[in-house]
Amino acid sequence: MKTIIPVGPYHPLQEEPELFKLFCDGETVVDIEWETGYNHRGIEKINESKTFEQIFFVVERICGICSTSHPFAYANAVEEIANVNVPDRAKYIRCIIGELERLHSHLLWVGLAGHFIGYNTVFMWAWKYREPVLDLFEIITGNRNSYAMFKIGGVRRDITAQQIPAIRKILNALKPKADLLFGAVLDDPVIHMRTKGIGILTKQDVIDYCAVGPTARASGLAIDIRKDDPYAAYGMLDWKVITAQEGDVFAKAAVRFLEIYESIKIIEQSLAAIEKLPEGDISAIVKNIPVGMGCGRAEAPRGEVFHFVKSDGSNSPVRHKIRAPSYVNVATFKKSCVGQSISDATLALAAVDPCYCCTERMAFAYDAYTKKKIMDGNDLIRHSQKRTEELKRKL
Amino acid sequence: MDTNFQLPSSDFPQIKKTLGFKEHCFKKSLWLYHFGGASCNNCDIEILDCLTPRYDVERFGMLLIGSVRHADVLLVNGSINTKCRDRLLEIYKQAPRPIVVVAIGACGCTGGIFAEGNTFAGPVDKIIPVDVYIPGCPPKPEAILAGIVNFLNKK
Ligand code: SF4
Repeated sequence: MKTIIPVGPYHPLQEEPELFKLFCDGETVVDIEWETGYNHRGIEKINESKTFEQIFFVVERICGICSTSHPFAYANAVEEIANVNVPDRAKYIRCIIGELERLHSHLLWVGLAGHFIGYNTVFMWAWKYREPVLDLFEIITGNRNSYAMFKIGGVRRDITAQQIPAIRKILNALKPKADLLFGAVLDDPVIHMRTKGIGILTKQDVIDYCAVGPTARASGLAIDIRKDDPYAAYGMLDWKVITAQEGDVFAKAAVRFLEIYESIKIIEQSLAAIEKLPEGDISAIVKNIPVGMGCGRAEAPRGEVFHFVKSDGSNSPVRHKIRAPSYVNVATFKKSCVGQSISDATLALAAVDPCYCCTERMAFAYDAYTKKKIMDGNDLIRHSQKRTEELKRKL
Repeated sequence: MDTNFQLPSSDFPQIKKTLGFKEHCFKKSLWLYHFGGASCNNCDIEILDCLTPRYDVERFGMLLIGSVRHADVLLVNGSINTKCRDRLLEIYKQAPRPIVVVAIGACGCTGGIFAEGNTFAGPVDKIIPVDVYIPGCPPKPEAILAGIVNFLNKK
């Protein structure tokens, strides 16, 4: 019997309300369809009525998890129009904020992925270790989320010499915890069984679907804007792009874990660089934005963020186009979910990290013939968790 | 961190005298249901954060649950756009009575930064009655806890 399982629009798996329809034949997913728009806020239109400086606060709120990447890309775009030379200190501070964001975003993902396979301990752990990162944000920017650090030509706040030891201390404390989490998750035989060979994307799939970020890197495609088109201070730092070959859920998790270490490396190097630069030199003066067009790109935790800004010489843009990474990554579900069982499909959806974070929302499964509700979002998670239990018992 | 909230204990006898049906329902552990409208996720994350070891909302007997049919409290965050307004109404209709509606964040309270958007369908209180407002963009987990616990204390 063929069954349609709508996942969403309000579903624990996705941050943004989105509707996925899984077409199932028995336990197997045979097709998938998606519908977006539940989260449409008309941001590009709002931006046309804001000044260039005000837009930072709007783009920061496109996505709360990526509230650095969007301002980052937007700043790159506007600075391209105005041809601004950003001071080195500001560049390093931008990198620090960008990498801290990656830390907290990847830890968040690990936690939620743990929750979906029934490892609530992983969820609690990962989120517990994420808190110090948010503390760091609070030390540096004054807020846990939505940092308001960026401005045209630089950053708004400096990292003072007194703050640096405190930042180092928290980072050093984070490393052994990441090791612990990393070891516990990646050595667990049940997690291996649950995630290996699930939701595989080949390198060709990734290229065909234009996937970006860890989704693409886990399939062997070394695409990373920080390396391919270095912005801010990334070109001056020593770090490497993490890739894996398998393309399954496990590879995606491993890539994210290893990126956590790379991010810590980048932050440490940036802190060392900042110490040598004069304090207070954090912003270039920009008088006005000339007529022109600019593109800005930044590597968000989920992939490439792209901003296009067109200015007519007034104080607000005439066009602002934004492309977020999840938008392209979501399309890969067509490849990664079809042919999987329902409980694995849940995980394959989660593996792309489609910017989710809301806990329990609602999702219903309707029987295609009788239109009767047979399953909702919690059942799906429970289903997935049950699968883990079964595997555990078999072991 | 300021998380030493007082549960209703000292004024409890006095409350008991005037305890109506609604207050009676909220006397014990509250179950929360979270509806995220067209939000930017930050409020959602901070709500989730309340569950995690540092804030641990469960020590107040609160539990985040997956169906509004079992909920005592409906947390709404994010601006409401034309597409999710009907869903919010539907969820409100499904909720058991009495239900406390908590609008979280600047978006939930007023529409916030997205109130100028072309798809904006009104702040939450234009659509469903709201009991508690927790402003902030995003409110810290402490603020969310304080908001709900203060509401409990007031009852
Ligand atoms: S109030 Fe602020 S943090 Fe919360 S959803 Fe709205 S913009 Fe995001």
